[in-house]
Amino acid sequence: MKRNLILAIETSCDETAAAVIENGQRIRSNIVSSQITVHQKFGGVVPEIASRHHLENLPWVVDQALEQAEVSFAELDAVAVTYGPGLVGALLVGVAGAKAMAAAQGIPLIGVNHIEGHIYANFLAHPALGFPLLCLLVSGGHTHLVALEGHGKYRVLGRTRDDAAGEAFDKVARAMGLGYPGGPKIQAAAANGEGAGIELPRAWLEPGSLDFSFSGLKSAALNYLNRAAQKGEEVNKSDLAAGFQQAVVDVLVGKTLAAAKQSGAGTVLLAGGVAANQALRRELGEACRQEGLDLYYPPVELCTDNAAMIGCAAYYKFLAGEFAGPDLNAVPGMSLA
Amino acid sequence: MRITSKGPADTLALGEILGRLARPGDVYCLLGELGVGKTALAQGIGRGLGIEEPVSSPTFTLIHEYQGRMPFYHMDLYRMAAPEEGEELGLQEYFWGQGLSVVEWPQVAAELLPEDILQVQMAFEGEARVIELVPHGPRSQQIVEEVTRLVDSEH
Repeated sequence: MKRNLILAIETSCDETAAAVIENGQRIRSNIVSSQITVHQKFGGVVPEIASRHHLENLPWVVDQALEQAEVSFAELDAVAVTYGPGLVGALLVGVAGAKAMAAAQGIPLIGVNHIEGHIYANFLAHPALGFPLLCLLVSGGHTHLVALEGHGKYRVLGRTRDDAAGEAFDKVARAMGLGYPGGPKIQAAAANGEGAGIELPRAWLEPGSLDFSFSGLKSAALNYLNRAAQKGEEVNKSDLAAGFQQAVVDVLVGKTLAAAKQSGAGTVLLAGGVAANQALRRELGEACRQEGLDLYYPPVELCTDNAAMIGCAAYYKFLAGEFAGPDLNAVPGMSLA
Repeated sequence: MRITSKGPADTLALGEILGRLARPGDVYCLLGELGVGKTALAQGIGRGLGIEEPVSSPTFTLIHEYQGRMPFYHMDLYRMAAPEEGEELGLQEYFWGQGLSVVEWPQVAAELLPEDILQVQMAFEGEARVIELVPHGPRSQQIVEEVTRLVDSEH
């Protein structure tokens, strides 16, 4: 079989990323201009996010990706790029760059949905996954339950109506003075908590709904902190972190199992930055075992924004001949079909 | 004007009125602490603009764009550190564009905002919320007058 090499570019939000993927599974390189150290310098909040940085970063990130992969532009079979959802200015840098590279080489251009990319991080690690699949995508910006009936065939079964799961972690961690990023901070604090920690509400929404809502839980945690502050009481941060994490995990696990049942999927995938959370992995793993479902998740470095996942999703589009024209445009409000 | 919201349903209802009254190029700035209900108000605004998909929080992604009876740009600038970033994000193109811009945590972009904005100040009052509408020009003054009329007629 001929070797297929795809250069993938991802610039939808904070990260400028480029990767070279061989045959949809071998990661020849995966460069992420991670700004997390910059974030930490600013004391917890996340600044420095702008398309100017993508413009500055893209050339060296792409050079680095090709160099590490030991691949030249001439050897590429296609260029893939995230074209939504995301920030229009940020997306346009990647889209314009990818178009130029594809046109200069006379090779196909492939447009990839960012959410689809997160799901495909699983195919990088486990290419033999069989359909139908059910994916729980949980990150700072997204919380989705997606049924996959085949490559590129999606049905969104549920999504957040307010805050994303990762965002709730960040906001509660911030209010507790634990710092950024909130996920790992809450997880670390929760490890010292007593049992299930402080009891907080779980939003199951109307019966049968597979949507999520985390703003009520966030408010409950904030109210707990505010009331304690008014009374001059010390908050046991470990117990609050444990209770908060448990409330998020319970809802994610419960709805994922219900969605798997509804969609008839025998295999569950985890994706997105919150997929790195150990309590979620453990409890979802346990619940899936009990229900006779297989659970897969990508390695941590492929859970957060990266271009390797975009290259993997693009490979299956390449096989299906789904190429983008030179009129490919950024679609900031793009949803998963 | 000041309105007391007894819960998310009241906040949504006020948002819906603000959404119905919006015209292309209007800018609403939402101020208030974490958890005070800024996203709930924005959800109501989305409903008032005829947007059916869920209006979710843009904190991580900064800007969400929707298409209702006019474009709706929902922004959360909490993660922005400097006004230059707002210029690079093209914020002014949204503010002066053909839709309604709703901006949470707008302080950092103060110098990029048009003059005639409607300021929506939200604060905790026990379990309730006090929502104050502060006009900054003739157009936002007109919106506040219409909200006053509509809220009075509903009571």
